[in-house]
Amino acid sequence: MRDITLGQYFPCDSVLHRLDPRLKIVSLIAFIVLTFCAFNFYSLALVGATVIAVVLLSNVPVKMYLKSLKVIIIIVIITSLLNLFYGQGEPIFQWWIFKVTWAGIYNAIFVCFRIIFLILFSSALTFTTSPNDLTDALERLMKPLTVFHIKVHEIAMMMTIALRFVPTLLEETDKIMAAQKARGADMESGSLVARSKALIPILVPLFVSSFRRAYELAVAMECRCYQGGDGRTRMKQLKLMKRDYICIAICLLVIAGVVLCNIFLPQIR
Amino acid sequence: MSLLNVRDLVYTYSLGSPLEHTAVDSVSFTIKKGEFIGIIGHTGSGKSTLVQMLNGLLKPTSGTIELDGVNIWAKPKEIRRIRFQVGLVFQYPEYQLFEDTVAKDIAFGPTNMGLDSEEIENRVYRSAEFVGLKRELLEKSPFDLSGGEKRRAAIAGVIAMDPDILILDEPCAGLDPVGRDILLSQIYHYHRERGNTVILVSHSMEDVASVCDRVMVMNRARLEMFDTSQNIFSRGEELREIGLRVPQITSIVDNLIEAGVPLSKGVLTVDKAVLDITEYLKKEGRL
Ligand SMILES: Nc1ncnc2c1ncn2[C@@H]1O[C@H](COP(=O)(O)OP(=O)(O)OP(=O)(O)O)[C@@H](O)[C@H]1O
Ligand SMILES: [Mg+2]
Repeated sequence: MRDITLGQYFPCDSVLHRLDPRLKIVSLIAFIVLTFCAFNFYSLALVGATVIAVVLLSNVPVKMYLKSLKVIIIIVIITSLLNLFYGQGEPIFQWWIFKVTWAGIYNAIFVCFRIIFLILFSSALTFTTSPNDLTDALERLMKPLTVFHIKVHEIAMMMTIALRFVPTLLEETDKIMAAQKARGADMESGSLVARSKALIPILVPLFVSSFRRAYELAVAMECRCYQGGDGRTRMKQLKLMKRDYICIAICLLVIAGVVLCNIFLPQIR
Repeated sequence: MSLLNVRDLVYTYSLGSPLEHTAVDSVSFTIKKGEFIGIIGHTGSGKSTLVQMLNGLLKPTSGTIELDGVNIWAKPKEIRRIRFQVGLVFQYPEYQLFEDTVAKDIAFGPTNMGLDSEEIENRVYRSAEFVGLKRELLEKSPFDLSGGEKRRAAIAGVIAMDPDILILDEPCAGLDPVGRDILLSQIYHYHRERGNTVILVSHSMEDVASVCDRVMVMNRARLEMFDTSQNIFSRGEELREIGLRVPQITSIVDNLIEAGVPLSKGVLTVDKAVLDITEYLKKEGRL
């Protein structure tokens, strides 16, 4: 259960780790849009080069990225196959109801790379940004929404707490599973019904302890006079530094590059 | 006759990752049937990891565990049988309760063993009695019990499986002083009455000294000493070096010896100390 790397923080030191989290989120969105705006091989290659640069700059072992790709590899294969067989135009190869066209092949390649780039970009964000920084940045970015009476601070706080307790709950699940196994609980064999029944001895204690934790946390927060976001000041002030401006410049360059590639270089479909 | 035979046991957490950590390192020992064994060691010395290997919850990275001469991992499919033979009560076991009544929760283990309902009922009552749970509590929800009662219920749930070896990981942690003593003496009587092997992990030197025949001392993942309680607690200096100490009464007697009073070393209980000291005073003619 602990092998899921998608969405995990990888603590180490790199330029990307030190960038302003708000900037990282905005650039992630920009790059995702860009990935889907890459209409020919040149612009796709440019986005690809950016992904590789980001992965290398993050100082996180490439193995971690491969692990997070492993989770979605099935989705990549299925969508690529679907695209492969649904292309328009002259078939270059036909078998039963399947026909492969050049357009289909291009589509498949583009879709495949787009999903992979998407995952790599978002993994780079979560690997290099601690959950706290992430929600903090989200809260600030969504601040304007308070005009519409959306409780941005409360939402951010809920996200922070949820993220904070994921590893704790995983650990707890491991412990409870071990304790029930010691009493002969059998979770690996039997029919589907038997196996879902075997989950009860794990889920009940897990829920009980989650409620207990939630209650204790609420009391602890109240003891420190927590009353929501109004009037709270921050310990960590975010300020854009020189490296952040350099990052903005590079992002703009890449965007310009992709747009230019799309306009001036030959379209391949 | 040796019941449990452990050779060169090693356990490494997160093997092959940067967080690799060896929690138990080349541990070997033999335990005979009917012994009461204590395990002491500083926090993080690998006690819980070791006992989880003994009942097959963790698979050793290397080394073998033989129960009655048979390697417990010889048939991995049948590891559940080992868990019934070697019962393990976890540190803070009260969080594993889940049924709607205490009786049903205690019956969880025996039910998994596939016993018939009459036998299960028998075992529930007997084990509840062993840990001192009153009958009327058995029909209550386990979540309505006090902390100490929950602890007893959880221990009863393991005793109900009637294991050949009963392992308790810090059963008394967080109980009041009287509760600790009662629980400990109940465990001791259970051991006496059934003749089962019991392994007790504890941070209380007093508890270990008063009930255990032999004591294992863990230090930084290794088994540092394994000897009778008396011999272990006569080595106060070495124990202090690895962050442990001797029972208070033992150190009082040690200090008396140092001050020139001719008493014997390695006294483990207050009763024994009182006996020794009055005998000495009588001999001196001061009593
Ligand atoms: N699930 C785990 N993953 C990684 N490391 C672990 C895990 N469980 C324990 N460890 C590490 O293994 C070492 C031994 O832990 P263990 O729980 O066996 O200690 P212990 O002697 O029982 O300590 P305590 O007296 O505090 O209960 C510790 O350094 C701990 O950090
Ligand atoms: Mg422990």
